Amino acid sequence: MPDYRGPLPVPTPETRAYWEAARRHALEVPRCRGCGHRFFYPRAACPRCLSGDLEWVRASGRGTLHTFTVVHRGLRDFPLGTPYVIAVVELEEGPRLMTNLVGVEPDPARLRIGMPVEVVFEDVTAEIALPRFRPAT
Amino acid sequence: MTRGGRDLRGRVAIVGVAESDEMGRLPHKSAFALHAEAARNALADAGLEKDDVDAVFTAGLWMASEAAEYMGLKPRYVDGTQIGGCSFIAHVEHAMAAIAAGLCEVALITHGESGASRVAMPGTRFGPDSFRLQFEAPFGLAGPPTGYALAAARHMHEFGTTSEQLAEVAVATRKWAALNPRALMREPLTVDEVLASRMISWPLRLLDCCLVTDAGGAVVLTSAERARDLRKRPVYVLGTGEASTHVMVSQMPDFARWEAARLSGERAFAMAGVGPADVDVAMLYDAFTIVPIMALEALGFCQPGEGGPFVAGQRTAPGGDFPMNTNGGGLSYTHTGMYGIFTLIEAARQLRGECDARQVADCRLAICHGLGGMFSAAATLLASTEV
Repeated sequence: MPDYRGPLPVPTPETRAYWEAARRHALEVPRCRGCGHRFFYPRAACPRCLSGDLEWVRASGRGTLHTFTVVHRGLRDFPLGTPYVIAVVELEEGPRLMTNLVGVEPDPARLRIGMPVEVVFEDVTAEIALPRFRPAT
Repeated sequence: MTRGGRDLRGRVAIVGVAESDEMGRLPHKSAFALHAEAARNALADAGLEKDDVDAVFTAGLWMASEAAEYMGLKPRYVDGTQIGGCSFIAHVEHAMAAIAAGLCEVALITHGESGASRVAMPGTRFGPDSFRLQFEAPFGLAGPPTGYALAAARHMHEFGTTSEQLAEVAVATRKWAALNPRALMREPLTVDEVLASRMISWPLRLLDCCLVTDAGGAVVLTSAERARDLRKRPVYVLGTGEASTHVMVSQMPDFARWEAARLSGERAFAMAGVGPADVDVAMLYDAFTIVPIMALEALGFCQPGEGGPFVAGQRTAPGGDFPMNTNGGGLSYTHTGMYGIFTLIEAARQLRGECDARQVADCRLAICHGLGGMFSAAATLLASTEV
């Protein structure tokens, strides 16, 4: 855990609860009490109806691989090492988020858009756990 | 209810266009020097003087007024709309509205970017608590290729688009570049060479990616009335459209369908009162080979998913039936980082018949289409020497 060299998020007021949940290895997404819309990334206003009446809901952590890329020329010193997989995952609850696909060969021939995936948190510092995803067991 | 700008059709014209004196890798020139060269050359092309300019439009991470200061301009109208590389095409729409409203008369749209050498360029504006740094950077998003690859992969998955079809775009564009003395990359290129180039971010290879250069470009616009008295044949703005749907690639509404491009195109075609079949030459922003493929679909030149087959068989190359990016594009001519101004320059030259070896015959209607961010914004322009 010490000496993690990748980019780290610095939470803002509207995202702090998300990152605190992640530290407990819980994936939470905001839901609008006004229109029911669940969205990502966290905002202080619903991007569908602009309501500020929001709540956090626990996501199952399961979803599908919506799209991905295998990065060969990537971020310098990125801890996953090249090649690594950047994925967009569509959660069961609807929202999509950017993540890494781990626990699988970074080979496009072995990855399939639509495949089921599940969250796996990586504690990268004492404060931050990053939600990465792996093929669902 | 908006009239979609139909009252503006043909009210203003592009009267001067130019690049900077030099283009390529220019560590001896600042971004602002490139602005000034391009502006000077575009004004000369128009037969106008510096003091004729009363409006300045530019995009970047600076204040728009900094380019004006460098050139000693004191504009009454400044627009620094920054929606990425297509900003300069959107500026045409903004300038058109301002000129038609009588708020200004001669608009200078100017671009100078030291994209490769980074001389006098601003730093990044994104702090560690920005949403990009919170929700994308921790997963290793490393600049444009990784983001565009996410769309390319989804397009391939949904529609069966192939790496060979992507390569067709790079090869056809290189053939145009070979006909343009100002293009940086003019050596012949084959599909096999594109496919053999090193993988950057699957499915995008090195030769699917645009150049990174230093250059400037500028466009001068004025009212149709004043344009008729100037040096060159006026290039009338018949239709414009812009749209913005998101900024971060992870927020892209549909990774296989480019919504901002579709919206901007519908608006431009409606204003101009023409359709895709009427277009004689197309300048479609090619930051990556997948981009013009998705633009062709979004703008209605083909159906969603048909962009790959559309470009096959070198259809967009010299001699093909769909001349596209006749300057050699961002892939082979120049790409500073915000390429949009160069689509306007080449379209004006094609419509005036100034393109020598690469001139498209009977070129009456041109489309310029630009990209901003990660398929985030788009701007479309239709122009002609005939109203």
